[in-house]
Amino acid sequence: MFNRTAIAPLEYTRKLWMRSWVGLTMLFLYAPLVVLMIFSFNDSKRNVVWKGFTLKYYEKALNNDSLVEAMVNSLTIAFLATIISLVIGALAAVMLWRFRFPFKGLVEGTMSLPIIVPEICLGVAFLIFFAKLDWPTDLAWPLNLSAITIAHITFCFPFVAMVVRARLASFNREEEEAAKDLGATEWQAFRDVLLPHIKPSLVAGALLAFTLSLDDFVITFFTSGPDTITFPVKVYSMVRFSVTPEVNAASTILIILTVALTFIALKYQGVKGIAETH
Amino acid sequence: MSGALQDWKSQKKPFAAVATAPVFWLGLFFIAPMTIVWLYSFGQNAGPADIDISGTLDNYKRATEWLYLSIFLKSFAVAALTTLICLIIGFPVAMAITFAAPKWRPWLLLGIMLPFWTNLLIRTYALMALMGSNGYMNKGLGGLWDGASWLRTLVGMQPLEAWTPVQLLYNNFAVVLGLVYVHLPFMVLPLYSALDRLDKSLIEASLDLGAGHFKTFMKIVVPLAAPGIFAGVMITLVPALGAYLTPDLMGGTDSQMIANVIERQFKRANDWPFGAALSFLLIYAMFILIALQSMRANKVKEAG
Repeated sequence: MFNRTAIAPLEYTRKLWMRSWVGLTMLFLYAPLVVLMIFSFNDSKRNVVWKGFTLKYYEKALNNDSLVEAMVNSLTIAFLATIISLVIGALAAVMLWRFRFPFKGLVEGTMSLPIIVPEICLGVAFLIFFAKLDWPTDLAWPLNLSAITIAHITFCFPFVAMVVRARLASFNREEEEAAKDLGATEWQAFRDVLLPHIKPSLVAGALLAFTLSLDDFVITFFTSGPDTITFPVKVYSMVRFSVTPEVNAASTILIILTVALTFIALKYQGVKGIAETH
Repeated sequence: MSGALQDWKSQKKPFAAVATAPVFWLGLFFIAPMTIVWLYSFGQNAGPADIDISGTLDNYKRATEWLYLSIFLKSFAVAALTTLICLIIGFPVAMAITFAAPKWRPWLLLGIMLPFWTNLLIRTYALMALMGSNGYMNKGLGGLWDGASWLRTLVGMQPLEAWTPVQLLYNNFAVVLGLVYVHLPFMVLPLYSALDRLDKSLIEASLDLGAGHFKTFMKIVVPLAAPGIFAGVMITLVPALGAYLTPDLMGGTDSQMIANVIERQFKRANDWPFGAALSFLLIYAMFILIALQSMRANKVKEAG
């Protein structure tokens, strides 16, 4: 980092102002999160002065039944939505990549709409849709999460399709033809030739879908019935009414979970692979 | 590429196997809900839980009243300002990543992306905690104030009055800052991917031929990175325009954006048809923005 060779004209990153700019931007991005995490261990109700280390807010958060329930709900929804989005998204990608069919442009365009349409409009649409269908809200767990899960799948699977399709572009169709010439059935060719090729994009797509689902507040806010809460909805109501260190503790747990997931993906794909996902 | 697209007719079974689920899902759980909203936007309330789709245009007429028009314009202004600030902050960052040593580059990218993976609500909440009236931002400003006061006493002037914490939250400033905070990664990534593709020898040639860094930046880097700039602007502007959470949590009574007005129609005001009309107006606004962007992209393609 601090080698003494002269700065070449294009080594903009070695210039001091550029470094400070990047440093300040990173500070802007991370300082709030780091402060939040540090103060989740602070032994004081007020958030600003350090009074000593404690884990009592973690204990409180973990003993807060509705908070734990919200967390479990969120993870369940994210898990289900990821699996179904993965299947539908991968199928959609193969469909668009392999076939010529009538109204293809229309189907393709419509599929990118859930990505473009503002969250609030999608949330409103699901609110009306489920009200119109009289979707039951008092089912037993985990069926009471079905409306939210359906809504999440709708905005997650186009992302999966996008990632998988990008990967399919590099597939050599001759491999599949060779497999078929050697007697593989359509399904065997899919399972043994195409699927291994798109596996990295499935991992990336799954990770993306999981994070999107776990992150979503607006659509869930409109889709959830009166008795089903997810983690973001719960945090929202806690932040609205009062800021407590409990929220800090719960948030820290979720941040650590996200970072851990990212690093697992990193191990799987390398930093570059993750970067290319977006 | 070997093998062109296959016609679905020659491969009916595999086509049905892959197409059924996505098309079914899209039709039932996307097109159907959106169509119902669209139909509702031409309806009116007929009883407490009953909406009569009568084909009226009153909801759209009401949306053009100054009260709502001004909120639309304001949302657009806030989103545009957010995008501009993101561009100003993000461009040097994207340049720094592009020209960083190869071993640093992925880590810098990860540094930009990690917040993007973190929960939006948590990030907003973390920023709010920092900006509260006894948060660190106020402490920092207080420190600067005291410093200024001390400097004044040094030169023999009256010290300033004692620092009173300023209200940083619950105003338009907080909304813009919050939106910048949330959307910055969206801007940096497309900028980076455009700059990364740029032929660096062009910059070297420009510098060799005597242009300064600033001139090279304006005449070479910016025009060549234009597709990335436009992509970044779109990817920031569109979600910022429809933002709900940031203005709701960080804004004051006068910082509502269009999404908050829509939300109110569905919750407190309970005027679903009007809310439906407003959401479709917002969707049309997005379509216009995206159409403008793709028209520009096509023009560039034709010219090139």
